Amino acid sequence: MAKSIDVSDLNIYYGNFLAVEGVNMTIKARQVTAFIGPSGCGKSTVLRTLNRMHEVIPGARVEGKVVVDGQSLYDPTVDPVAVRRQIGMVFQRPNPFPTMSIYDNVLAGNKLNAKRMKRAEADDIVESSLKGANLWNEVKDRLDRPGMGLSGGQQQRLCIARAIAVRPQVLLMDEPCSALDPISTAAIEDLIHELKSEYTIVIVTHNMQQAARVSDETGFFNLKATGEPGHLVEFNPTKKMFSNPDNEATEAYISGRFG
Amino acid sequence: MSTSTEAEPQEQAAERTPRRRGDAVFSGAALGAGVLIMLALAGVAIFLVVESVPALSASGDQAYGADNIVVYIWPLLYGTILAAIIALLIATPLAVGVALVISHYAPRKIARFLGYVIDLLAAVPSVVYGLWGRETLQGWVFPIYQWLHDNLGFLPFFKGPVTTGRTILTAGLVLAVMVLPIITALCREVFAQTPVMHQEAALALGATRWEMIRMAVFPYSRSGVVSSVMLGLGRALGETMAVALVLSASGVITINLISSQNPSTIAANIALNYANASGTKANVLIAGGLVLFVVTFAVNFLGRWLATRGQVKE
Repeated sequence: MAKSIDVSDLNIYYGNFLAVEGVNMTIKARQVTAFIGPSGCGKSTVLRTLNRMHEVIPGARVEGKVVVDGQSLYDPTVDPVAVRRQIGMVFQRPNPFPTMSIYDNVLAGNKLNAKRMKRAEADDIVESSLKGANLWNEVKDRLDRPGMGLSGGQQQRLCIARAIAVRPQVLLMDEPCSALDPISTAAIEDLIHELKSEYTIVIVTHNMQQAARVSDETGFFNLKATGEPGHLVEFNPTKKMFSNPDNEATEAYISGRFG
Repeated sequence: MSTSTEAEPQEQAAERTPRRRGDAVFSGAALGAGVLIMLALAGVAIFLVVESVPALSASGDQAYGADNIVVYIWPLLYGTILAAIIALLIATPLAVGVALVISHYAPRKIARFLGYVIDLLAAVPSVVYGLWGRETLQGWVFPIYQWLHDNLGFLPFFKGPVTTGRTILTAGLVLAVMVLPIITALCREVFAQTPVMHQEAALALGATRWEMIRMAVFPYSRSGVVSSVMLGLGRALGETMAVALVLSASGVITINLISSQNPSTIAANIALNYANASGTKANVLIAGGLVLFVVTFAVNFLGRWLATRGQVKE
């Protein structure tokens, strides 16, 4: 189920503005890959190209190739909607649907696939997804309550449950903990560890300790200079990245001498 | 010692409560404006009530041949509401669709242009709409009415006989065009305010654009749409000139939408008759105005109430 992602010569534009230039990397299946780097260097932008959410913004476009399991995502015959059903995403701010109950939030993606589900089947999906997101014990008695009534950390786990309810091949996380307190953050990090046995996970984070804790591989992004496009400086196993990086700029950033 | 140090800053604060002249002037002006509006509204209400009192006992010739004021005003109220409802049934789906095109479908440039065009509809004087309905639209719809009568004549709405295009349905159509810009503009604002994060949540789950609109935009904007429809209803209820010009009225109560026997509306009736009204007749017409005032007020209140009640907290 989990798939690897090959990115080659990826240029990402907002209108005529080249935001990220020349990204090449291979994201391995069943591993956690972290993107780190200073603000505005394009980590989130790169992440959003991996499930074609980038082009939701008017004028945004992409050159280059993103290949998931042999299938190029940007092939003209590929429907972006189908891509997004395969590659789930969790956002920076928890965004459960405000008018839906916890139960309906989890099933929101499944209902889009438009097939009729039996009640028992739906119940199973909700339970397994919420268990998968470590939220089941906290909400099992109030599944019919609105998702917005949960705490921020619970909401974020609800969003993760919603994303994994459709059994995606890849899970993208865009700074999933930046709006959360340390305890909720720890809960989500534990969850990431568990999820990687089943999913390929790509996480953007501002927190280098977090990248060191959760990821197997790390990509460091940076701007070439102010006003220049962002690029991938180094992509290596996390252990190597945080002990003996290839690039001086990476070391400077990681050790806090810069950025 | 400790007490004096605690008391001192408080005293000073009380003495020096900063009261800048600009603040005082502005708050006075704002309060004055608010009170003025309340006074104007109260003045209108009092005028309507006082002038309506003599009409309560009007009958026969004084009440334009009706037995009493209720019998006289009831068909007019019916016509008013019927025309307004026809207008909303036509305008609401159109307005929601146009608003969605502007907020979510069309490229930005086209959307802006379309927005201007719709706003321009609101700038056309209602007399012009009335003339257009009377001279042009009725000619266009006349064959359609004949077709409706021939093919759907078994429905009570299309019983006919079709002898004119100037029917209550035409009046409703003209009103629909008139309320379209109001509902569109408000819906557009509401749709555009849907938080991006909810829209992206739906898209990232693999929703098509329409599914995203159903999952994220509609639930978020339901109350806003309802209140915009209510405000459109308020406009449609009170519209005078267009209806007065378009409608060939005879003051009956009927659900037959395409015959030459049409109910009139309160506002159009006042406009057509007031110039020749004298004595109690004028009071009778004003009583109609009071009824319209109350209904419009209630509709607007209902709209506001629904808007605040159903508001989704982000």
